[in-house]
Amino acid sequence: MSTAETIVIEPRRGLVRISARELWHYRDLFTILTWRDVKVRYQQTVFGALWAVLQPVLLMLVFAVFLGRLADVPSAGVPYPLFAYCALVPWTFFSQGLAGSAQSLVENERLVTKVYFPRLLVPTAAAASYVVDFLIGHVLLVGMLVHYGVGLRATMLLVPLLALGVFAAIASYGLGLAALNVRYRDVRYAIPFALQLLLFLTPVVYPATLVTGGWRYAYAVNPMAGLIDLYRWAILGTERLPGSVLAVSAFAAVALLLLGIVYFQRVERSFADVI
Amino acid sequence: MSSTVVVDHLSKRYRLGSGGGYRRLTEVLANRGRHSSDSAQAKDLWALQDVSFEVSEGDVVGIIGRNGAGKSTLLKILSRITEPTSGRATLRGRVGSLLEVGTGFHPELTGRENVFLNGAVLGMRKSDILARFDEIVAFAEVERFLDTPVKRYSSGMYVRLAFAVAAHLEPDILVVDEVLAVGDTAFQKKCLGKMGDVAKSGRTVLFVSHNMAAVRSLCPRGVLLDRGEIVAGGAIEQVLRQYLAVVDELQTHDLQNRRDREGDGRVRAVAIEVIGDPEERTAGSLVCGRPGMLRVKLEAEQPVAELRAALSITNERHEGVLQLDSTLSGDRLSLASGRSTVTCMLDRVPLMPGRYSANVYLEVSGVITDWVQEAAVIEVQEGDFYGTGRLPAPGYGSVMARFRWA
Repeated sequence: MSTAETIVIEPRRGLVRISARELWHYRDLFTILTWRDVKVRYQQTVFGALWAVLQPVLLMLVFAVFLGRLADVPSAGVPYPLFAYCALVPWTFFSQGLAGSAQSLVENERLVTKVYFPRLLVPTAAAASYVVDFLIGHVLLVGMLVHYGVGLRATMLLVPLLALGVFAAIASYGLGLAALNVRYRDVRYAIPFALQLLLFLTPVVYPATLVTGGWRYAYAVNPMAGLIDLYRWAILGTERLPGSVLAVSAFAAVALLLLGIVYFQRVERSFADVI
Repeated sequence: MSSTVVVDHLSKRYRLGSGGGYRRLTEVLANRGRHSSDSAQAKDLWALQDVSFEVSEGDVVGIIGRNGAGKSTLLKILSRITEPTSGRATLRGRVGSLLEVGTGFHPELTGRENVFLNGAVLGMRKSDILARFDEIVAFAEVERFLDTPVKRYSSGMYVRLAFAVAAHLEPDILVVDEVLAVGDTAFQKKCLGKMGDVAKSGRTVLFVSHNMAAVRSLCPRGVLLDRGEIVAGGAIEQVLRQYLAVVDELQTHDLQNRRDREGDGRVRAVAIEVIGDPEERTAGSLVCGRPGMLRVKLEAEQPVAELRAALSITNERHEGVLQLDSTLSGDRLSLASGRSTVTCMLDRVPLMPGRYSANVYLEVSGVITDWVQEAAVIEVQEGDFYGTGRLPAPGYGSVMARFRWA
């Protein structure tokens, strides 16, 4: 017998107990859960992956007509459709990923109550399954960049890093909400509404420069505010928020993520008893 | 020999009432201001209380006990699905736990895809699964349907594939709960064989089952739980004897204190005993296809020349499924005054596995003397009614009859 592993089971104490080794051992499960969600989502659809672009494109069209043309919202010197779509790609990833991860524990009830594995994999894999849609969204974005004749810039190389940031933002909201959802099923109904609010608290349909003075710091507490602003800056070269404001976003993201992990772990102990 | 599993004063408390289950956030917020009555209302249920035992490497231990004795809670803790409230358990080696067959199976995915999904859920690496893939498929006998979504599988195929994945997990410690209660008997035998192999290869096995024959043949040792506590442990024969003593208490459904009854009371049912199959020692439950005995203890004010006794069996949806009426069988029952018993004997229990209840009805010369609804709960266990190792699929019939096709 391999005596490599000894497992001690006892009531847990302390705030955080994440075993990196264990997460690494279960990496295949993460991949396969992600893949399962993607496959099942598009299994019986007619449009399949077209759904991935449909939502941001339709939103872009509506915003372009009503906000860009009729309300004449400023768009930092960039054609409004491009201005909006460039933000809608990461925003769509965020909103879908967040809704998906918040619902994930409840949806995977059978798994959670019948077998042990690091529970963190469930909400993170649910969010990761939207990466496919996210990538497809970028394909169209490239097309639009070509169409509007936007040139290449060095900052575009930062996009993968920013995409990772969006994923972290999903986790920072999503872990806590997924755990909260196990206890309180209100969460499910609150999320679509909260996402609507958050859309307007994030510079998706307007430039972040509209917010001025000290308000910018409060504004940046939502990590997505800083991220979307940077996304547009990296791709379109628009003016970005000053470093000190972005630092608030980064700090808020880390704080929220830690809080989410701590709460998740606290509730994790009783998932199987509550669901 | 060293102990691979050490369970040390393990306890688990569940909060009943307002503490358990999910709540609405608004309720919680509304209760904030007032002095929370949560703790006062919540009732504690100790599913496990101060349980300690050790299992040596290579031991195969059967964990037995009646429903609600804490067996599943113990396995859930050992499988790390839920945490103990106090105490600790130490497991040396890789643990594979199988609390349900097919955990994580997704109906939309194909058999092949589900093998990988299920394997990963059980803690296998992709390379482990690849290495054993052909073996798994051969064991499950589903080669032809590998690329069919499992939602189109028959329940037998589904279970076979799911068990096959788990059976090839090859852990050092295998924790198994009642998974063999599914599937046809032939496959159950195959699964038992596979588990026997696991045990022989020096792995430690903890096995929970209601199937006493399986426990006896697989497990040299046993642990008996009752009301969350260990009441016996050691050699399996001895533990099984104790278990039968526990279920003996259970099999008697006392009716003396029941007030919800009708009839003039000249002859009253005092208790109902579910004797089951005397040969197989299945006290407390019936086994389909096997002989079964139900005994009614009576008290008569005066001698009775002709008693009509009937047990009506209803299923969980309260639909009548079987009428065991002495006038149907034409049996004449006579009683002396005082205590006596009448026994209803079934040659072959024709009921599908499940939970039933029995109403008892007594009548003397056209007058009801006693009538108690839901007087006893009767569990029917799986059994080989037809001798073919097959049972009807759940939902396709609630009773079985001998028949022939020509």
